[in-house]
Amino acid sequence: MSDIKNENKPFEPRIVAFFCNWCTYTAADLAGTARMTYAPNARVVRIMCSGRLDPQFVLTALREGADGVLIGGCHPGDCHYMEGNYKTYRRFVLLRRLLETMGIEKERVRMEWIAASEGDRVQKVMNEMAGDLRRLGPLHLEPEAIDLHAALHGEIKPMIQEVAR
Amino acid sequence: MSKPKVGFYWCAACGGCEESVVDLAAGILDVVNAVDIVFWPVALDFKREDVEKMQDNEMAVCFINGAIRSSEQGEMVALLRKKAGLVIAFGSCSHLGGIPGLANLYNKEQVMKTAYKDTVTTVNESNTYPVESYKAPEGNLTLPSLWNTVKTLDQVIDVDYYIPGCPPPSSLLADAVNTILQGKLPAKGSVLAPDTALCHECPRKASKPEKVAIKEFKRPHEIIIDEEKCLLSQGLLCLGSATRSGCGWVCINGNMPCTGCMGPISRVHDHGTKALSAIASLTASNDEAEIAAILDKIVDPAGTFFRYSLPASLLHRKYEAPKEGGK
Amino acid sequence: MKREILIDPITRLEGHGKIDIFLNDKGDVERAYLQIPELRGFEKFAEGRPAEDMPQITSRICGVCPTAHHMAATKALDDLYRVDPPPAAKKVRELVYNLFFVEDHALHFFFLGGPDFVVGPTAPKAERNILGVLGKVGLEVGKEVIGLRKEIRDLIILAAGKVIHPVFGLPGGISKPIKKEDQQKYIAGAEHAVKFAEFSLQVFNDIVLKNKQYVDWILSDTYTHKTYYMGMVDKNNKINFYDGDIRVVDPSGKEYVKFKPQDYHKHVAEHVEPWSYIKFCYLKGIGWKGFEDGPDSGVYAVAPLARLNASDGMATPKAQAAYEQFYKTLGGKPVHHTLANHWARLIEMLYAAERCVELAKDPEIVSPNVRTIPKEIPVEGIGIVEAPRGTLFHHYKTDERGVVTAANLIVATQNNAARIAMSVDKAARGVIKDGKVDDGLLNMVEMGFRAYDPCHGCATHALPGQMPLMVRIFDKNHRMLKELRRD
Ligand code: SF4
Ligand code: SF4
Ligand code: SF4
Ligand code: FES
Repeated sequence: MSDIKNENKPFEPRIVAFFCNWCTYTAADLAGTARMTYAPNARVVRIMCSGRLDPQFVLTALREGADGVLIGGCHPGDCHYMEGNYKTYRRFVLLRRLLETMGIEKERVRMEWIAASEGDRVQKVMNEMAGDLRRLGPLHLEPEAIDLHAALHGEIKPMIQEVAR
Repeated sequence: MSKPKVGFYWCAACGGCEESVVDLAAGILDVVNAVDIVFWPVALDFKREDVEKMQDNEMAVCFINGAIRSSEQGEMVALLRKKAGLVIAFGSCSHLGGIPGLANLYNKEQVMKTAYKDTVTTVNESNTYPVESYKAPEGNLTLPSLWNTVKTLDQVIDVDYYIPGCPPPSSLLADAVNTILQGKLPAKGSVLAPDTALCHECPRKASKPEKVAIKEFKRPHEIIIDEEKCLLSQGLLCLGSATRSGCGWVCINGNMPCTGCMGPISRVHDHGTKALSAIASLTASNDEAEIAAILDKIVDPAGTFFRYSLPASLLHRKYEAPKEGGK
Repeated sequence: MKREILIDPITRLEGHGKIDIFLNDKGDVERAYLQIPELRGFEKFAEGRPAEDMPQITSRICGVCPTAHHMAATKALDDLYRVDPPPAAKKVRELVYNLFFVEDHALHFFFLGGPDFVVGPTAPKAERNILGVLGKVGLEVGKEVIGLRKEIRDLIILAAGKVIHPVFGLPGGISKPIKKEDQQKYIAGAEHAVKFAEFSLQVFNDIVLKNKQYVDWILSDTYTHKTYYMGMVDKNNKINFYDGDIRVVDPSGKEYVKFKPQDYHKHVAEHVEPWSYIKFCYLKGIGWKGFEDGPDSGVYAVAPLARLNASDGMATPKAQAAYEQFYKTLGGKPVHHTLANHWARLIEMLYAAERCVELAKDPEIVSPNVRTIPKEIPVEGIGIVEAPRGTLFHHYKTDERGVVTAANLIVATQNNAARIAMSVDKAARGVIKDGKVDDGLLNMVEMGFRAYDPCHGCATHALPGQMPLMVRIFDKNHRMLKELRRD
């Protein structure tokens, strides 16, 4: 996957999409079979209900190299498990506020209600999001563990600098 | 058979973890009788050189508290890793980054500028900042350099076990030492504390409704807190449902909500995100505008849910887009 | 030949520190620098946090004096929300705070600073620790120290939830009242503390004051600095740790200024040096004149000796008697001898214990009314207490939701930083002559700061015993000639 972030090629953002089986996933399928073209940047993960989405999945996706995360669920009132999409929406609202504090631009994590019939909407959202992310550029999260060698040998910039007096 | 050798060391810490060891009070004598403490800079006269002279794995176990944020600390823990059979991260700072890990919401320049320039009583017209190497008239003076990002111990070296808490309850330390002495070690990477959520053990559990529904989040200073009732059901951000038990629910006894110092249970990877998720889903509304209004009452999601675990979180620190921008 | 001696790390104090001593060609001290290699940035990351979380967040500055940070922050919240806690809440806070003073001063005297005196400053280093102290005063006393500290700390837990990082402080009061059935425990603990404090003073009297050499050390010029002194006083100018105005006296003991906590920034300023992470406080009205003592330099001191000097006495009878004896013995007010801090600390311990008895017996201490709910829109709040190690300032600005936008924290040791740096320098000059350096002498240099019980950046905490004292000698080209250590 590192090829996408290869400096020599133009940047193509990677989107991880968590789509509810009953609505958005079907819509995406529809868009595919109807040959609606949309940005080919997404890796779609099918979940049985948007309510299954643990916010940890979102952050894991970003940690593992996604530049943005799209969550798709049934329209309010249409969730097959009654409350699943509301639950996710509540989490999403707070998560997005958290991400803002953490310096992650709000365009990088997006939630949409898309019914099974709305293949065109999948196309539109995907294209929009890919455009936003192209503008923002890749997400470079700090690596998981420290490179101790680099840290010990001063390759990681120390905190103190000489200051002109 | 000779007694197992044990070491203690501390990095960026507040000293509370050390106090917690002292709070073993009489129990500390049992520990001292059962093991041979070969390194404990705060209490004993052994030094780095003695550690360097040790065989690899000569220490049976080394307890390390405090977060890691300087090359000096990185070097020391790397050395201890070599010399110790087992390394145990002791306390929230070492386990998850701890409260000093909130510094990861800012960068080093911001921290320095606030401390040495912006604070109201600081007078610093000449823009003097502490420097790593300063030529005083009499000679050269050096200061250690600090990293931009506060790290957990296991982001710097391999860690075998964790003892959570800010500070960890003394009883967990005593239990851990016994476990090690008896050789009944759990799987590597285990947290040596009960693996249940605090809510399950909480004395107020009975008053926690089956399904908590929150119409309005409350901040502790806004209400008279009922001493009997579940704090979450009173609208307070009690993190007991996402936090590991084992502390003796001391904050609850103090009639204040749990802020999560014991970290998550084993099935959770990112404590703060899990706690955020658990709390947000209790919002008693299905209306988008109302949901947003209710959740707006949580004024500081990052500092509330990641109070002790920002460096260990999936994001580690505040993200700063590279200067040149995306290509 | 020019030499450098490095004492790293210095031991038996809270926090990290390092002493660099530069010798001149003759082997006399040119200058000794005390450096603090710590910075954790609490002032920055307080920004963005809800103000009511400050008492718990700032307590993590120090696990040895978390109660002081917790209390200063809580008082700053009262001020921030312009809310006056009910009398019972103030009394419980003051009770917890004085209990904390008792156990903390006991910790310092018996574990950290006491060994220098009780065992003797030049005693072999293996004895210069709590074990040595126990050898002198008996194992029973050791058990008593541990037992008393445990009893007091359990009482703090009962009221404050946790002893290391309390949770009970809220703007307008405390999270829960003390129960009627627990009152007796507090009275018993407080009375025990009074006996313990009297005993500790007796130990000091027998072991230190009856030993002419120790007294000479206390009085010697090496450990003397004539600076300003700062401390919190009540309306009668008696010492109070929890609440009051800040009084500053000049080196002759005359009142220089007395100000309300809210005016602190008009009187206190901080200076930055490139060679230490700690900032150096001085009196704004006089200005920063470098590391100098005397009335023309803004350098001032805090902590026990400074508090005694800045007050007109103690508000409880037994402590008042001890206060009078202190000045009678040491030749009148003010006392400038740094090492007298150890004695002053015990007098304060007695006051704190007596004050605990008064408060524990007060019928109102168990009143259920411990909260006033804040109503005002928050803007700015300042809270000051006397920490065991000196005046502690917390200052927050917030937005209208009570989220911190700026914080200023001046910890006790910063107030003392300039004088401590001077003490170390002067002690080094006093005890190191002609390049003759041994372990006892180096320890005496360390005593120059340990008397203040400094809590540097309140970072780590050294327990009984010692770390190796490392002395490296360099030639003027910074080539290491020799390495000495205590062992
Ligand atoms: S875990 Fe808590 S008690 Fe331990 S060093 Fe960190 S802040 Fe202090
Ligand atoms: S939410 Fe808090 S108060 Fe309620 S049961 Fe859980 S830990 Fe106890
Ligand atoms: S109640 Fe929560 S914050 Fe308090 S000690 Fe226990 S785990 Fe830590
Ligand atoms: S089933 Fe589609 S969101 Fe729940």
